[in-house]
Amino acid sequence: MTDLTTRRSILKTMTAASALVLWDAPLRFAFAGIPTDRRLVVVILRGALDGLAAVPPYGDPDYASVRGKLALDVSGGAGLHDLDGFWGLNPALTNMKAMYDAKEVLLFHNICSPYRDRSHFEGQSCLETGGATAHAFNDGWLNRALLPLNLASGTGAVAIEQSPPLLLTGKARATSWMPAVAPEPDDAFLKKVRALYAGDPTLSAALDGGLSMQAEAMAASDDPFEKSGKNKAAGGNLTPLFKGAGKLLAAPNGPRVAVLDASGWDTHIGEGAGDGALARRLQVLDQGIDALKTALGPIWKKTAVVMATEFGRTVRPNGAGGTDHGTGTAAYLLGGAVDGGHVRAEWVGLKPSVLKDGRDQPARTDLRALFKGVLAEHMGVSQAALQSSVFPDSGSIPPLKGLIRA
Amino acid sequence: MSLEGAIAAHRFGLGARPGEIDRASGNPKSWLLTQINGAAPQPKPPAGETFANAGRLVAEEDEYKIQKFMNKGNKKKGEKRDPSVPKLGDGNIRKRTYMDEMSARFALGFTTDRPFAERLVRFWSNHFTVSASRKKVLLFAGDFEREAIRPNIGGSFEDMLFAVVMHPAMQIYLDNWHSIGPNSPSGNKRSKGLNENLGRELMELYTLGVNGGYTQADVIAMAKLLTGWGVYDGHVNGFGFYQERHEPGSIVLRGKTYPPGWDGSVAAIRDLARDPATARHIARKFATHFIADEPSKESVAKLEKVFKDTNGNLHALSEAVVNDPAGWAPEQRKMRTPVEFVTAAMRLTGWPHGGNEDRQQKHLRRLIAAVRIMGEVPFSAPSPKGWPDTADAWNGSDGILDRIEWAKDFGSELPESTNAAAIAEMGLGPLLRPATKAVMAKAANHGEAIALLIASPEFQRR
Repeated sequence: MTDLTTRRSILKTMTAASALVLWDAPLRFAFAGIPTDRRLVVVILRGALDGLAAVPPYGDPDYASVRGKLALDVSGGAGLHDLDGFWGLNPALTNMKAMYDAKEVLLFHNICSPYRDRSHFEGQSCLETGGATAHAFNDGWLNRALLPLNLASGTGAVAIEQSPPLLLTGKARATSWMPAVAPEPDDAFLKKVRALYAGDPTLSAALDGGLSMQAEAMAASDDPFEKSGKNKAAGGNLTPLFKGAGKLLAAPNGPRVAVLDASGWDTHIGEGAGDGALARRLQVLDQGIDALKTALGPIWKKTAVVMATEFGRTVRPNGAGGTDHGTGTAAYLLGGAVDGGHVRAEWVGLKPSVLKDGRDQPARTDLRALFKGVLAEHMGVSQAALQSSVFPDSGSIPPLKGLIRA
Repeated sequence: MSLEGAIAAHRFGLGARPGEIDRASGNPKSWLLTQINGAAPQPKPPAGETFANAGRLVAEEDEYKIQKFMNKGNKKKGEKRDPSVPKLGDGNIRKRTYMDEMSARFALGFTTDRPFAERLVRFWSNHFTVSASRKKVLLFAGDFEREAIRPNIGGSFEDMLFAVVMHPAMQIYLDNWHSIGPNSPSGNKRSKGLNENLGRELMELYTLGVNGGYTQADVIAMAKLLTGWGVYDGHVNGFGFYQERHEPGSIVLRGKTYPPGWDGSVAAIRDLARDPATARHIARKFATHFIADEPSKESVAKLEKVFKDTNGNLHALSEAVVNDPAGWAPEQRKMRTPVEFVTAAMRLTGWPHGGNEDRQQKHLRRLIAAVRIMGEVPFSAPSPKGWPDTADAWNGSDGILDRIEWAKDFGSELPESTNAAAIAEMGLGPLLRPATKAVMAKAANHGEAIALLIASPEFQRR
């Protein structure tokens, strides 16, 4: 336990020395106003998630025939979770099904960012910047939202990654953190490194941000010596990351916004059905969400989690039992604060005539409407701020309503 | 020791080995350019072994899959695993080959006296990313760099591009080996189809760039042109062309009609290599890698012109970046990636620090684990875009803390006899800041002083 106390005390000294506003309560109240007690988690599902596999419209008369070997069914050993006789949830999403039954999950379909080509990297740029076209902005929409939320001091928002992704990059300061695996260097050494970085704003800000998150995670942890594995590769286990995010967000003076990156959805080959490769990846995500909920404890009630991907995939399987890059897809909003228990979609069926370019699931809802709705209803961002600074080129797209419990 | 000598060793090389800045200081540009005459050096396999060729690896991959299948038994029929077949554990051929290849690659980076050549190898390997995020790629990643990249760093872009597209690692990574022309004999028979993955990335990432002028129809056309290109264990290069899977008829790509068959596909790829958009795309990436995250228009334009004028001669391109005065500005504008960072630390401290072969091998594996923690696993980038080449991907809080933690650990393992002040002067030369010297002077011991030197801003950057 001595590690913990020394780390926290050095943190205090550093705060004073650098005049940074960390989580020292009096300072925060004096300068930044009281930030919201709501928690927002954004999970970027990088790689283009197949919405028809994640949230299958199995009651659609054309679903089984267009999906072929990839079609999911209620029956069988790996049958889907029925939601209402028309919609289902992928068999792997067992924890999410329980949350859906508790009316904590809202599902969206035929949804996509405004991007209409099929490059991952441009699609992710649209998803993260919130622009109408790729590379329209250099900063992320969530970063732009931190200013009106009074969360821009550096520790109000955290990416559970080595560096904040584009979504959280911009004028507002944010930090990043991951569960540690190596024993930490002693504080005397870190003091010397800090001296080394004086005059180097980038490296000193990175060091301070990392140490404060580390301290908060240790304070929030029931077992400060816990060592959890890191997820660096696409195939990794997400649970330690979701759990770490939950612990940070649960801390009274911890961050209010967290971003996680979950990749592994680019199923060009061997996508499989109820117990295939995509289902296994969804199970990892499902376990992560469950770990987040557990780590948040009572704070789950104040939490909303948005999970979105850059675009969807082709409706029909390709030659390799996978699907290629498409357009419309599914998105998730879940958490104790969410007014859930149903699927929202402008559903137009799966006949060839309604598919984009005869191949992709169509997009009928702009993802930015969902993001705007969550920021407005859950986090209390004003309409004016949403229109003028957070999504400035999204004028005609109204925020979705009725997302959050009153 | 001149500042230009130090810049040559750090910005264009892999970080100075003892004495290297001295050697580079006489004529830094010629010190660099003489390193890139001919193919890049090849890594050495573990004592008493040889690296298999790509054709052999295709056969081994097949063998591995058969063995795996036999290990599994046929579960559906309730059959048990055959106990006489050995279990496939961590020692399986994919992982073993990958680790041997990566260890050899790391060791070469730590010791090579042609560090500029090695930097080019790594640049091109990352440009043409193949990733073991797809497990089948594990077995082929090392061979990919040895056979497709190293021989071509001073040759033509076109030659490298063909070597890359034909290599089993790329064929497998971007799914092309399974792609079948819808109207080909195989396509008709098996109702199997086209896979767009390689066709798209070939244009978006490897040649034209994302705004290089192509449509979804062109992606499909490129994918059709690539049908029939696949893997074959009967050739040393592991490549085979399967006529029966190739989409028949002439194919229109970006407004130009290519004749049916192999020749049309080759002509299409050659045109991509020579397209002006490719020159622009490569010039920007090259300048970003060596000069700055946001290189000036002038720097990019110079490289673009050389690429165009020489039909993509990569020696000329490398010479042009060395001759650009922007590359010799004293300010260090590039952040080292984790692999560059660990490599520079090993060169600084004179790898292999004594120790026998066995100890060296163990240390190499620990270093591969270390860069994994710092966020960069060799040949395992999360997408075909490769590992990021700009600072914002690497200077996040967690990444910096990981580097500091590793530096501390590494420093503590160095022998007591290490003379930190001398290593700092010799390794950084005029790049060493007085502030770093002052902090090092307060270190508890030489190991900690080296750790501080490695963690210093001038060592994190190049």
